[in-house]
Amino acid sequence: MDDRRRSVLKGIWAVGALPGAVVAVLLGPVRALAAWNKGAFEAKSTADAMRALGMGSAEDSKDIQIRAPDIAENGAVVPIDITSSIPGTTAIAVFIEKNPFPYTGTFDVSQGAVPYVHLRVKIGESSPVRVVVTAGGKHYTTAKEVKVTIGGCGG
Amino acid sequence: MADPMKIRATLQGDVADVRVLIAHPMETGQRKDAAGKLVPMHFIQNITAQLNGKTVFDADVSQAVSRNPVFAFKVKGAKAGDKIVITWTDNKGEKRTDETTVRAGS
Repeated sequence: MDDRRRSVLKGIWAVGALPGAVVAVLLGPVRALAAWNKGAFEAKSTADAMRALGMGSAEDSKDIQIRAPDIAENGAVVPIDITSSIPGTTAIAVFIEKNPFPYTGTFDVSQGAVPYVHLRVKIGESSPVRVVVTAGGKHYTTAKEVKVTIGGCGG
Repeated sequence: MADPMKIRATLQGDVADVRVLIAHPMETGQRKDAAGKLVPMHFIQNITAQLNGKTVFDADVSQAVSRNPVFAFKVKGAKAGDKIVITWTDNKGEKRTDETTVRAGS
């Protein structure tokens, strides 16, 4: 089983060596779906990042659960579990407000996933972790404070 | 070439609980090496998952995700034996695809 998987992977790399144009055609539709929002990712405040994502008017909601430690001993690896009970949830966005670049990512669950995600993040200093859920074209938000004793950014 | 991902997909009812561990440095561009020079940014920007060829999960992330990232998500309408394919792409254009099959839950 494992050996076969190796050879399949080699096949994939072989495809990668084809002329760029062919690869571009193969990857075209995938790329179109996922445009990495540079403006939002480079925003230095949560408010600016939310505006860049069109989430500026998010309302507070109690139907988003953020499970994260109250005190994280190691800011380099802070586990976060997010569940939305808002009907029609399509995406979950995460912001770590006091990080140099707060916007941490968006998880699109609209195409057949449950509105849940687990991830592990770096948190530079004690900070609220803000989650914005998109449902039916509207945005809902909540936040949870995580205290960090050893920062997760820099050396 | 990047190391393979570790992917586990376990069925709970008709929902597949998918966990993935990716080997990646996730450099923020703010860390200094032993010589005091900044280590350039190098981080995963996009992760997608397909169930039997259809995209079911699509994530855009930043350098704030921890080194050797772990993600978990839940895919609806899965059956034992279904194929889950996960692909990541980083800011240097490197990418990797790995797959697993959905296992029946205990």
